[in-house]
Amino acid sequence: MPDSRSTTGRRVFLIRAAGAAAALAFARPALATPDSLQAAIKDVVGDAPLREGRLVLELPPLAENGNSVSMTVSMDSPMTEADHVRAIHVLNEKNPQPHVMSARLGPAAGKAQVTTRIKLNDSQKVVAIAETSDGTFWVAEADVIVTLAACVEDMPQ
Amino acid sequence: MSNALINVPRTVRRGEVFQIRTLISHRMETGFRAGTNGQLIPRDIIDRFSCTYNGVEVFSMRLTPAIAANPFIGFHTRATESGTIVLRWTGDNGFSVEETVAIEVV
Amino acid sequence: MSGLRRGSVCLGLCLVAALTANAQTDAPSRRSGYHDMGKPLQAMQDDDMANPGMLWVGEGANLWNQRFAAADKSCADCHGAVQSMSGVAARYPAFTAGSDQPVTLEQRINLCRTQNQRADRLADGSRELMALTAVVAHQSRNQPIAPPDDPRLRPFIAAGEALYRLRQGQLNLSCAQCHDDNAGRKLAGVTIPQAHPTGYPIYRLEWQSLGSLKRRLRNCLVGMRAEPYAPDAPEYVQLELFLMDRARGLKLETPGVRP
Repeated sequence: MPDSRSTTGRRVFLIRAAGAAAALAFARPALATPDSLQAAIKDVVGDAPLREGRLVLELPPLAENGNSVSMTVSMDSPMTEADHVRAIHVLNEKNPQPHVMSARLGPAAGKAQVTTRIKLNDSQKVVAIAETSDGTFWVAEADVIVTLAACVEDMPQ
Repeated sequence: MSNALINVPRTVRRGEVFQIRTLISHRMETGFRAGTNGQLIPRDIIDRFSCTYNGVEVFSMRLTPAIAANPFIGFHTRATESGTIVLRWTGDNGFSVEETVAIEVV
Repeated sequence: MSGLRRGSVCLGLCLVAALTANAQTDAPSRRSGYHDMGKPLQAMQDDDMANPGMLWVGEGANLWNQRFAAADKSCADCHGAVQSMSGVAARYPAFTAGSDQPVTLEQRINLCRTQNQRADRLADGSRELMALTAVVAHQSRNQPIAPPDDPRLRPFIAAGEALYRLRQGQLNLSCAQCHDDNAGRKLAGVTIPQAHPTGYPIYRLEWQSLGSLKRRLRNCLVGMRAEPYAPDAPEYVQLELFLMDRARGLKLETPGVRP
């Protein structure tokens, strides 16, 4: 990355200016917000406390295109009748809707891991929540920076 | 048309946990994009995926517009008996695809 | 999901920043745009089960064996298994029997359809044409690009090079200014590639679909705020010929994945 020192300040400004132009160009649906993310988390867990430490959310810190970002959510669990992951939910902060996906699994899955590819409208926080068979909720978060593609089409196909 | 790619091992040892990976053709139109005429392009997505193993559902997933086009889904299951694995994708506009894969447990 | 306008605005402004910075002096060694991507996208391309382009390759393999109404002939009826297409994509565009101009692989497939199968021409960029092109080009994966030594091609390659170096559009840019002079530097957050057509048809995340070099060139023209050439314009073939000649020896990756 040549000249990163001299261009950093300028790049930040330019990206902001571009964002403002986009806001003018499109009448867009309301985006999810930190508040709607909180509301979505409450929909999933109710008033139960969220625990950290066991759930792992793997996302690249930098996504070269928000249209497809590889994501793996996993938890170290024996996946037995007595002790397993029942569900994995993924939520986000800035897409038009806070919900990304929900997976149901159980002892037959053998391993608590889901891999898929998601869309991210913008750089933002992604939150994964797992519900275990004892009714506990586990949380993991990741921040992803989404860069914009160069030389795109002037119309959606 | 081959519109789904499925990766399942042909033979697995009993008790072994193995991964199933799937890729299917679908545009996953979000319903939040405007076309050239300024009108929103209607939502057209797969909203549910499920996997049954010898008739028992072992994994399912709710998809939203935030899942990337041509959805990739990977998950695991434990080998119990030889039999069939059925993968099913359903969604808007009557979308429904079902694929069956045989598996041998040794 | 929405980045279209943002992308082109950013392109315009950031190019000014990039081009006013110190010009790169050392000519870098040639490399595929694959190496300018991060590990996650390289992994997506490398793993056939994760590479969405393989969905088109699979569809193309089915189409290869499908018989068409008028002649009741499939591609396989003349050519045999699709593996017989090994090496073909590495030497296109090329002259073909009965044409007085070089044709791209897509155009060659359509010639086969209209002349031999007596079927309709597949629409430019259609899913079927992309699928057939993908399965044919996939047979040359890992083979070096090897344009034929055909003296008839030379004026067309020269015309392509002239277009590549022509400043055009509202930004008054040439292809060469980005992809020769500034390759390897950043355009906003993106590394500018050397623009070698190693992966076509590519699965471009921006398109969420598989697309041709022609479509990519059209995107470049829009990015430069130049008027894209007419859909059947010879300029696209000339540029493709020049780019393939310029990429001679680099390995094909079809289906490539790009952001």
